[in-house]
Amino acid sequence: MERALVIGAGISGMQAALDIANSGYEVLLVEKGPTIGGRMAQLSETFPTLDCSSCILTPRMVEVGQHSNIRLLTLSEVTAVEGEAGNFGVQILRHPRYVDEEKCVACGACAKICPVQVPSEFERGLSQRSAIYMPFPQAVPAVYHLDRDVCQDCGKCAEKCPAQAIDYDMQPQTLEVDVRAIIVATGYDLYDGEAVRAYGYGSYPDVLNGLEFERLLSASGPTGGEVLRPSDGKVPKEIVFIQCAGSRNPEHGMPYCSKICCMYTAKHAILYKHRVHDGQAYSFYMDVRAGGKGYEEFVTRAMEEDRTLYIRGRVSKVFPQNGKLVVWGADTLTGQKIEIAADMVIVATAIVPSEGARQVAEMLGIEVDEFGFYVPSNEEMTPVESGVPGIFLSGVGLGPRDIPETVAQASGAAAKALALLEAAKERTAHG
Amino acid sequence: MSIPYYPGCTLSTKAKNYDRSGRAVAESLGMELEELPEWQCCGATFPLVLDDSLALVAPTRILYQAQQAGERVTALCAICFHVLRRSQALLKRDPEMLERINWFTEQEYGGEVRVAHFLEILRDDLGWEALAEKIVRPLTGLRVAPYYGCLLLRPYEEISLDDPENPAILHDLARALGAEPVDFPYNVECCGSYLTVKEPQVSETLSQDIVASAREHGADVIITACPLCQFNLDYPQRETEAGRAGNEIPILYFTQLMAVALGLPEETWGLEDHYVRLDLNLEGEAS
Amino acid sequence: MRTRISLDKVRGPFVTRVEEISGEDLLACNQCGKCSAGCPVVEAMDILPSQVIRMAQLGMEQVLESNTVWICASCLTCVTRCPKGVDLPRLMETLRQLALREGVAKLELDALPPELVQAVPQLAIVGGFRKYIK
Repeated sequence: MERALVIGAGISGMQAALDIANSGYEVLLVEKGPTIGGRMAQLSETFPTLDCSSCILTPRMVEVGQHSNIRLLTLSEVTAVEGEAGNFGVQILRHPRYVDEEKCVACGACAKICPVQVPSEFERGLSQRSAIYMPFPQAVPAVYHLDRDVCQDCGKCAEKCPAQAIDYDMQPQTLEVDVRAIIVATGYDLYDGEAVRAYGYGSYPDVLNGLEFERLLSASGPTGGEVLRPSDGKVPKEIVFIQCAGSRNPEHGMPYCSKICCMYTAKHAILYKHRVHDGQAYSFYMDVRAGGKGYEEFVTRAMEEDRTLYIRGRVSKVFPQNGKLVVWGADTLTGQKIEIAADMVIVATAIVPSEGARQVAEMLGIEVDEFGFYVPSNEEMTPVESGVPGIFLSGVGLGPRDIPETVAQASGAAAKALALLEAAKERTAHG
Repeated sequence: MSIPYYPGCTLSTKAKNYDRSGRAVAESLGMELEELPEWQCCGATFPLVLDDSLALVAPTRILYQAQQAGERVTALCAICFHVLRRSQALLKRDPEMLERINWFTEQEYGGEVRVAHFLEILRDDLGWEALAEKIVRPLTGLRVAPYYGCLLLRPYEEISLDDPENPAILHDLARALGAEPVDFPYNVECCGSYLTVKEPQVSETLSQDIVASAREHGADVIITACPLCQFNLDYPQRETEAGRAGNEIPILYFTQLMAVALGLPEETWGLEDHYVRLDLNLEGEAS
Repeated sequence: MRTRISLDKVRGPFVTRVEEISGEDLLACNQCGKCSAGCPVVEAMDILPSQVIRMAQLGMEQVLESNTVWICASCLTCVTRCPKGVDLPRLMETLRQLALREGVAKLELDALPPELVQAVPQLAIVGGFRKYIK
């Protein structure tokens, strides 16, 4: 059967894989981490609908995991690519999971006995996980993963495992595969540099970024969905959101606008108010960018229904004082410096490409811009096509965008890949 | 080793204790500060407009004198340092301006002198470990709040002495002296500078906020590198008819604490020349 | 409060001179307000530092009537944090210079308490003369 490769299994890669698989072609879906789902799995609710993110994502994850045409390779990376459109030879490295995917029944006995505790990547460091762990309960594959880098080699997990699924001697494997088309959907991470450290991010425990706040809001997160200060567990009565933290800052951060922060900040303010009925949210903004369908109404909801006070001006400094965080911002509209003693500060920081994106680009011979985002062959007319025929692009790896755009682009990239798969099938049939 | 030294007018008059303690400290560390044989006031301000060549004459004259003395010059006064450092940077990137000033002064300044604040020389030439080894009276238990002010650090692109938002050079110095550096959020906030001679109440408010912030974080003493910062933080805490609150914090030059810690003679410390006195018992703890 | 804006105001002699003497591109400022947010002396100012540059952008010469440029202490905090790298201290100095060169004098040592003038380090006096009088 004709086959396509999709690199990255967040919602973008998953959608592309499903579109191709549902058209009757095989997909090799390669994911660096132990589970698929990407950033959407970490979100509490999505804008503008406030749908529970897991509720709309996990059915699709299950579909991907069970699809007969999708071969899912997690903990895997593409290490070499050669050839051309219609005929790529790809080398894939599969890192050992140390847990047999066929045998593991996801009972969790291993994690319970494991003596190691390290910050959980999925929970963005707000809680711990053991060396042998599952990132979240709905992970696909529903199999534990032993992180050998932090494992103490005590042997307790293998002893406890009722399915004898743990194999400390598992070796990395290399695969060589031929594919007709490649889709790159490697997603994003959040900026963590000078511009956001200036607001105390990384120094003060009650300054969090957007993804960390999502974990606090999430019912399956470290606080069960309660908004609590990491420092003392108290409920923040006054919360400050700093928009454009790290974006629109050519001198100290990223010059570009990260597009989704105005919307997710409004979402955060709304969800905060849903949890803390007598709380007050403030949002320091430069402009409110709400161009999508229903977006303006969503931000208006944050202002009028949930009484978020929007203050027009950037923040200069955040520092701790008497258990609070003093925020020095400006209100350019009344012409004042504004000082707020907040209980918690959320920085809407810049979107940056996922770690490793540059290396993927180099390996594939596709262009990235100075920030590491993939560059399509023409921004207006061929937004999902890279400069290399047969290699297509989708999602936030191209630059900041929201879920609807990402999913639509995934289908667009899939359509492009399907053309090559169709052509190959035709050749084989008449060749 | 001797280093060409520009004291500036304030260190020669109102801030003699800064100069005295600085020279004594430098000598004890084997790097004698050698005053430039001929100098005048640097002008106390670096011209921020592009068309004021005359304001560069004084700094260039000083740099010329430094050039005759060697390849670098050091200063203790943060404002003198700022003016000289930025003037040097400007003359380096604007050869036309350099030519114009040289034509006016009838001196050939080549534009190559390195301007280094004494703190940089301590950090980069001597090293904190080497300094710590020479301490005979470690300031154990003394909580020292380093106050950096503005012109020692900003603008970062031209001054490049330390991180302008989270500086460490005075923190590291305090540690080398055996003291405990106290971080406080107002340590890079302006003291008011020349506003003291125009809107003294504005300066006083800034000063109160800075000292209060240091106090809140447990400071026994504040150290600084600028005579105007020293005055602006010290003067409002002086004894007046209204009396004193009793929670005053001494504002010292970093060289004064160095003189104490290095075991130099008491007459080099100059602690009595301030409005708020730091009383040290012989063990070196604050009272 | 109504202001008439036209080509000869926004690209007129005042704006040109200000940009020339300061070396700054006034339109690089997108009015984010961060400078005002971090300014230590903003409480004593009648208009914000960011409003000073706004007025200059609009060619409004009456910006020289505000006290803001005289309260500015040249602490350089604003330029250190400006996301666009706009050198507001240079603009402040330029506006001061424009006034000073017209004969405005803002230093009144006689109005200060004599003990203060006696005690203050001379670099403050020298600086004061350089900043507030031509």
